[in-house]
This record gives sequence, C-alpha cells and structure tokens, in this order.
Amino acid sequence: MNTDAITLTIDGKKIEARRGDTILEAADRAGVYVPRLCWMKDLLPAGGCRVCTVRVNGRPQAACTQPVAPGMVIENDTEELRELRRDLIDMLFVEGNHFCMFCEKSGNCELQALAYRFGITAPKYPYLFPQRGVDASHPDVMIDGNRCVLCGRCVRASRALDGKHVFGFTGRGPGKRLAVNGPNLAATDVAAPDRAVAACPTGTLLVKRVGYKVPVGRRLYDHSPIGSEIEPQTPGK
Amino acid sequence: MSASLQDAVAPVCESFGRDRTRLLDILLAVQQRLGGIDDRAIDAVAAELAIPRVDVAGVVSFYSFLAPGPRGRTVIRLCNDLPDLMMGAEKVAAGLEEELGIRFGETTPDGRFTLEWASCIGMSDQAPAALFDDVVVPSLTPGTARRLVAELRRQGDAGDLRRVLVREYGDGANAHDLVRASVKNNLRRAGEVIFAPMEAGAGLGKALAMSPAEVIREVKTARLRGRGGAGFPTGMKWEFVRAADGPQRYLICNADEGEPGTFKDRVILTERPDLLFEGMTIAGYAIGAAHGILYLRGEYAYLRDYLEHVLAARREKGLLGKAVCGKAGFSFDIRIQMGAGAYVCGEETALISSCEGLRGDPKNRPPFPAQRGYLGHPTSVNNVETLCCVPRILQMGSGWFASMGSRRSTGTKLLSISGDCTRRGVFELPLGTTLREVLAQCGGEDAVAVQVGGPSGKLVGPDAFDREICFDDLATGGALVVFGPGRDPLWVASQYMAFFIHESCGYCTPCRVGNVLLKERIDRILAGNGEPDDLDYLARLGASVKTASRCGLGQTSPNPVLSTLENFRPAYEARLKPPVDGRQPGFDIAAKLAESQRLTGRKSVHFDA
Repeated sequence: MNTDAITLTIDGKKIEARRGDTILEAADRAGVYVPRLCWMKDLLPAGGCRVCTVRVNGRPQAACTQPVAPGMVIENDTEELRELRRDLIDMLFVEGNHFCMFCEKSGNCELQALAYRFGITAPKYPYLFPQRGVDASHPDVMIDGNRCVLCGRCVRASRALDGKHVFGFTGRGPGKRLAVNGPNLAATDVAAPDRAVAACPTGTLLVKRVGYKVPVGRRLYDHSPIGSEIEPQTPGK
Repeated sequence: MSASLQDAVAPVCESFGRDRTRLLDILLAVQQRLGGIDDRAIDAVAAELAIPRVDVAGVVSFYSFLAPGPRGRTVIRLCNDLPDLMMGAEKVAAGLEEELGIRFGETTPDGRFTLEWASCIGMSDQAPAALFDDVVVPSLTPGTARRLVAELRRQGDAGDLRRVLVREYGDGANAHDLVRASVKNNLRRAGEVIFAPMEAGAGLGKALAMSPAEVIREVKTARLRGRGGAGFPTGMKWEFVRAADGPQRYLICNADEGEPGTFKDRVILTERPDLLFEGMTIAGYAIGAAHGILYLRGEYAYLRDYLEHVLAARREKGLLGKAVCGKAGFSFDIRIQMGAGAYVCGEETALISSCEGLRGDPKNRPPFPAQRGYLGHPTSVNNVETLCCVPRILQMGSGWFASMGSRRSTGTKLLSISGDCTRRGVFELPLGTTLREVLAQCGGEDAVAVQVGGPSGKLVGPDAFDREICFDDLATGGALVVFGPGRDPLWVASQYMAFFIHESCGYCTPCRVGNVLLKERIDRILAGNGEPDDLDYLARLGASVKTASRCGLGQTSPNPVLSTLENFRPAYEARLKPPVDGRQPGFDIAAKLAESQRLTGRKSVHFDA
C-alpha cells in the first residue's frame, strides 16, 4: 500500500517508519519515547545534546539526526543507555548554574523534567560553577545565561521560524556561550512573541512580566513525566 | 596597524568578492591590517558581507589565531604541547614572562608584544618552540628566548622580525628564499614511498593515460588506506565521491595535522610539495573534481608563500589549470585555505565547515562528505601523506606498493617521533614495524611508555613493545611520543586532557563537559586526594564520553585516561587513599568554608578555620 514504508525494530518491538524519517520521528509516530533535549519540532535537528543517543545495530547514533533504514535494530530503553543519558543530563546540570527552586521555568523546564524522569535527585559530578551573565536590557525578554544548555533551539528557531537571526554562539569548548546579534539583547530585533523565545527548554530565555502566570502545580510536567505526551497511555502507568 | 577601519575592511571583503564562505580568509586579512578584530571591525565585516554580526563574532571567537581585542604588534605563542613541556617549555615561559614583564594572555603596556600559549605548532622534534607571529623559533632556551625579545625591543617596530629571530636557516627548502626558516627537517629515515628520490610527473603522466576508474582500481589494488590514522580505504572513498550526483566535486587535502607530537606533514610540505600537488591532481582526476583545496594549518603559515610559488610554477608548466598536461576535458586547480588554530578542524567535516567560512564545528553525518561535502558538493578529504602515496603507486604499480608493509596495511608510514629519545624526527618505515624496532631506530630503548597516535591514541608500556605499527594493531596518524624513566603517566593524561578541553568545539555535551570532568578527577588523584572509587568513576565517565560524542575528537579524547587506567593502573593505585570513617580523604572542610567565611566575616562554629 505505502511503498515508502519500511520496518525496523526498537527494543524488540517492530515499528513501521517512512523512508526519510529520522529514528526519532519514526519512534514518535510509533509511540516510543526517545528522550531528547536539543530537538524541537519544525527545526532541523542539531545532534548536540546527545540525550537521544540510541544504539543502531550496536553503534551509538543520535536518533534525531540518523535516518531510518530497513531492518534497523535499535536499542533505546536499555540500562546502558539510561545510564548514558543520566550522565549527559548530569553534565548539563553541573555545567551551568541551575537553581530550580528559584527558576520561573520550574515545572515547565525540559532539563528538570528529564532529570525527574531519570530519577536524578542530585548530580554525581562536581559542580563547575561557571561565570555566566544575565542580559535584562530588553524591555520584554531576558536572558539568564546561567541556565543555558547550549541546545541552540533559539538560534535555529530565530532563523528558521522568525526570519530573524537574534541568537548565535561564540567561543568554543567549555567557553562556548549563547550570544546575541548586537552588543546586548535590547539592540536586537527580538520580540516577546518570537518562536525563538518560546523554544528555550530551560529558563534561559524568559518573557518579562508573565512570571508564574501558570501556577506551580498546574505546569507541564507537574503530573506526568516528560515523554508521556508521546507514549500511549497504558493502564497502571 | 595604522590602517583605518574602513580602509582595512572594505578592500579585503572586496578582494574576496564579498563571499561569506571566505569569511575565515577575510578575517585573517583584516586582522593582519588592524592587529585584532574588535567589535567595530566585526560590525564592519558583517555589514560588508551582509551577514549577522553574531555569525562573524562566532567565527572570530572560535579560532585561536583570531583575536577579538587589540593585541601586541608581535604575538608570541609558546607551544605547550607535551613534548615541549618535557623539553623545558615551562622554564622558557618563565623567562619570557620575566623579560616581557607580563603573564600569558597579556599584552605589554607599550602594545609591542602579546604572550600566549599555543596548543601544538608541529615542532615537537625541536622543542621547546614558539611562533613569533608566523616566524617559527625552535629549540628555545630561557636564555635565547629572553635575548630574542630584548633584541626585538631594541630594533623597534621597524626591524625585520625574521632577521632577528632566524639566525641560521634549516636544511633543504627551509633555506628557500620564500621560507627562510630555522626549522630543521630532522628526516631521520627516508623510505621507499614518500622520501625516495622523486621522478616528477611520472605518476601523473601514467594516471592521465588511464581512465579515472582505472586510476581508482590501481589505488584499490595497492590497498592504500588513509594515513590520518583511521585507515579508511582511499580507493573506496574516491569511488563514493565519483558515484555521487552533482555538477561539481571537490578534493580537499587535510594539512591540518594538529595531533600533539605530529609534524610529518611539515616535512612533506617543505620537501615534497610537488609530490603532494601531483597526488592531489591525480585524485582530482580520479573523482572528477576541477577544484582542490589545501587546508593548511595556521601554524604552518611560514610555508604559505613557498607553497603558492610551487603552485604557480605548476600552473606555468601546465600541470594545473585548464587541460592539465594537455589532457582535454580535465581542468584542475588548487587553492590554499589557511586554518587559524583549531585542532578540531582536522576532523574532516569540521575542516569543511572551516573551508566554508564557518565555525569549525563538525557536521552531522549523514550526509557524508562523499555525498554532500564542501558547499554541498561531493567531496573527498584526504591526508597529505595519503595523497603523496598516490603518484608513487601510479608510477611504480600497485603490486610494488602492496609488497611493502603488512597484508592489510600496505606501504610505508611516516612517524613523527619526539620525547625522551636521542633521534627525534621523521621516520619513514614499512607498516607492520614493531614498536621495539622503532624505539631502537630513534634511540628510545629506555622508554617506559610510548604514546602511539597522539593523545587520541594510546599510552602503552613495555608489554606492548612487540606490537606492530599498522592499522589493525597500533593504529596511528604518525605521532609517537617516547617517555623515559621517571615520567608520570598521570601527568601525561592530565596534560592531554587539558589539550582536549582547549580544543573541543563545544558543540556536543559529552565532549564539552566530560573532558573537563575527566581532568578534574585526574588532577584530584594527582594531588593525592583520590579515592578507590575514583578509578571506576573515571572509567565510566570516559566510556560515556566516547559513546555519546558526536565526532572523532570526543570519541577518542578519553583515551589518555582510559589507556593509562588500563596499562598503568599501579600509578593510579599508589596515589589513592581509602575513605576514613566514610569521609572523603581529599575533602578539606576548612578550605571549602574559607570563601563563605571571608564573605560573611564569620567563623564556623564546628570547623573553625
């Protein structure tokens, strides 16, 4: 019927995928959650956070960038990969300064939600306590660099979805930082409704004067873990 | 330095056709005119090229040789590569700091000198070495370093840097009018392939008499594998590129050897540039490319004029350009792309990003460069040494080449040998030579450990000395660093991790963060504060970084830690302290509290510091 359909296996379960899909897209359609952070719908995948790492015929690959191929055998929810993802999420926590209890994004934050899903209560790595800045120059939008995980979602969204280029990166290695297209945010053409602002998975980009509009307790991940929007509701879950 | 902003930026951008893919060249040229690339220069370049300023700032801040701020009129970069440290670079550093009156990272108040560290400048065989702008000063001592700086001061800005710094020319083409460097080749052993006497044009003539498919078949029959270290079959790579759809194809030569301890390509570029360009031309013919790019690492800028001269001479002789050697329908030319101090650009997709004028971030694969590479065109990226094998294979025949080396690793390999041995330099040996034989040749019989393949390779001990240098055993891009008695494997691992932290592009989480964490724990153990659990911690962390990293840099960067853990475990164990009453021996509560006590002006009730 559909000549573009191919079959592959995720964690022993046969799923159907479309040629041209990435593993992550195919898994989503099949109701299999592959954890991810730098991936966002409507954007080209970056393959940067590596949280979506799966094993394809034994080889580690980022599910968000790897296209499907017929007969692929994919490991996703294995103890090895859960441990690997825990390590990566841990790294993102200690690399920045994440104080969830003071953060407006708490409950809506994908990094925090991933940590909860993976049962991380405290990082096992030592905090690196980097010096990072806050840019509150703009009347409607602010940046708290302490919370940035360098996913690049704002960078890509601004270009691909807003038709602007408000964000970019400077530096390299541990010195890589989110940067804006001007001396500060106020000098850019960013606007509060920009998709780029909403694209931030953490509390790095915040719209001013709307803090706590949705109260704690009614936030995105307050009742069901991240990923449950993809997984079919199974009884007892 | 005196050029005004507009005078500097506009003509440079104009000369590159305002082509944003040439941003790296543009920035290098602007920096040369202005001394640095500050915010105003970034704005001006962005305006000229009509691109976001944040993209220009992103490129400026990515490359070590581009500087956002103003710098001294002469930039001194002392190499802190491991072999340089072993040969006394730290003493030279102290001498320079004292003479200049500044620390590393600073500029003298008169704006004359800036002092910086460089990762590896490809001079490990004549270490410690430094770059004064693009003039190489090898074999430094604290005394000579101080004298040279004093002499430069005395001469003032008008003085010719080279005249002061280069006292005696090196051998071979190092003395060429367009090189005039005191660099020595240190070619200790010439083999049959690369450094054998060369009959210019013999390989190219044979190749052009064949069809491209036949050329590829010949290279496949010779079983030539990539000399960068990974050992991918060259003929197969070319076949993929030739088979890929596209109106244009590109051939890129990776002359960005940056693995600490590697310097073999330096000697090829100095003594065998024609062999290399002939190899590139044959490769271009084989894959159907009209354009070749030589990506030359910024540290080898001193060779650029000479290489341009060799290219010009080849154009003159009809060996490059339209209808190469009169072969109708085959046009091929080569441009040199300068790098700007980024080790990661030796990774082929990062190298392509860099050629495109972008930050040197590796690209996602697929698509592979053979499908979509430089500017989206099918591209073959090959190592300098690999390309030099090609004319010889064509000239002498694949059977001749395959008769050398071992069954799966044919031909010879250039080894860059440095560290604790008496004959540092380049050795061309058949693949399959044992490490013991190599050590005998270089006068490193006393070795207690050898780093094979640079920091991303392995540190092995005497029990591995009978293993073979080849793609299927001890694989190497060519760097061998010899460690004699008294060298500490943990110190080696720590130094190499510092290198990877500095050179990570920062794109992916495991490499950006994981390397920092690995070094933190190694250093804790080195300081005597390690615990038994730390070894398992290092092994697991290292495995995660290898598994999850996006490119070859992060997939190999934990190797210094993992291979020392495997091969030199007692060196770790000797330093560990078991926890006492469940408390970490390395945890100093008084030290941890000191800062908050200072800030609050109060003392701890329980831990009175």
